[in-house]
Amino acid sequence: MAATEGNALRTLLLVGVIAVGAAALVSGSYEFSRDRIEANRQARLLQDLQSVLDAAVSEAALNPTRIQASDPERLGYEDPVDVYIVRDEDRPRATVFPAVAPDGYHAPIHLLIGVSADGVVTGVRVVEHRETPGLGDVIEIAKSDWILQFDGRSLRSPEPPLWTLDDDGGRFDSLTGATVTARAVVGGVRSGLEFYEARSAELFARAADETADRTSEGATGTAAEEPVDE
Amino acid sequence: MSRVRVLMLGGLWRNNPALVQLLGLCPLLAVTTTLVNGLTLGLATLVVVATTNTIVSMMRRSLMPVVRIPLFVLIIASIVTCIDLLTHALLFDLHEILGLFIPLIITNCAILAQAETVASRRPVAESLVSGIATGLGFCGVLVVLGAIREVVGQGTLLAGFDLLVGPWAANLRIDLPFDGMLVAVLPPGAFFGLAVVLAVRKLIAARTGAPGRRMRTARVRRS
Repeated sequence: MAATEGNALRTLLLVGVIAVGAAALVSGSYEFSRDRIEANRQARLLQDLQSVLDAAVSEAALNPTRIQASDPERLGYEDPVDVYIVRDEDRPRATVFPAVAPDGYHAPIHLLIGVSADGVVTGVRVVEHRETPGLGDVIEIAKSDWILQFDGRSLRSPEPPLWTLDDDGGRFDSLTGATVTARAVVGGVRSGLEFYEARSAELFARAADETADRTSEGATGTAAEEPVDE
Repeated sequence: MSRVRVLMLGGLWRNNPALVQLLGLCPLLAVTTTLVNGLTLGLATLVVVATTNTIVSMMRRSLMPVVRIPLFVLIIASIVTCIDLLTHALLFDLHEILGLFIPLIITNCAILAQAETVASRRPVAESLVSGIATGLGFCGVLVVLGAIREVVGQGTLLAGFDLLVGPWAANLRIDLPFDGMLVAVLPPGAFFGLAVVLAVRKLIAARTGAPGRRMRTARVRRS
């Protein structure tokens, strides 16, 4: 195609004008959406936190202290994860943290675990999974209340050797047609509790520091907490 | 028949992007697990194709053939990005379900085909009507396929409509007296469902003696 000099210039100009217009359009809607998306995320997060907490602590959960912790061994995440500690008049009331059950049937199962200050599970929810629809997906609260059987359990009830499925001689209900899924979730919750047992004292201390810093410095500076590696 | 009617009939039936041109099947098959999912993606696609057609048509006289395809893609991608951001801000829960598929609208060849064969040659009003017709046709197929798969697959209809239009719509959900056959919701069910819809369309077209006439758009490479 024999494009003349003028044509080439016009082409460039057109491309430029459209690119600028497109950029303006996209950044405009980004500006408009950014705060709303962030607010939505926060609302969703609080909703998720409250779903695994006791009704009694939910009130205090509106302002949880977030700290980062890393424990690839027990939590299954390579990177540090957000741990939320609900404090009430300077005493830790509950902790919410994510954990991964790495041995799901198709892919790792992502869990959110809520634990009261004395190490008793207040709630577990599956936040992400790729288990077989119709069989393994009954671990979702929307599909069945199987996941509720962890409420009120701790590493003392039952003792760790019994933290397995009834099929394997343990204390937890299995799932018909999805034994692998059920086994993975039970294992994931157990190692989550082991994380809590081993690290809770340290986490609470850091949460207390964090809160103290926040009040003395007026909510600045301390957002980037150093992740603690084992 | 008026020009508008011809264009509308073309997009909705004679030259339906999904059923006759078989374009944009990737998002079509992926999201139609429920009626509401299909409707949402269909509406988003409708907005994109109508807007792109209008913009492209407005600048059709200054379009250079060498750069037209990149420009089409740039325009389509910008509009889709805006819609993606806006649904994330305003329809958060629905975006959590469909988030992966909204950016995929960019790759919907039906939109590129409209820009190339209609909008870059016809006046603005005609391009806009053609875009709306194409969008409605595509949206219609998504809704029908979504409804079929939802009813057969999980025994409900209009589940999750409240995520789209507000809490009052939660009552519109219809629960049918059976649990549904799982296969309809799984990927193979999408193909079975589409096959049924295609077959029914062919049957009706054959009965009424007005075979779906393929226009030049059908030659655009399929997605």
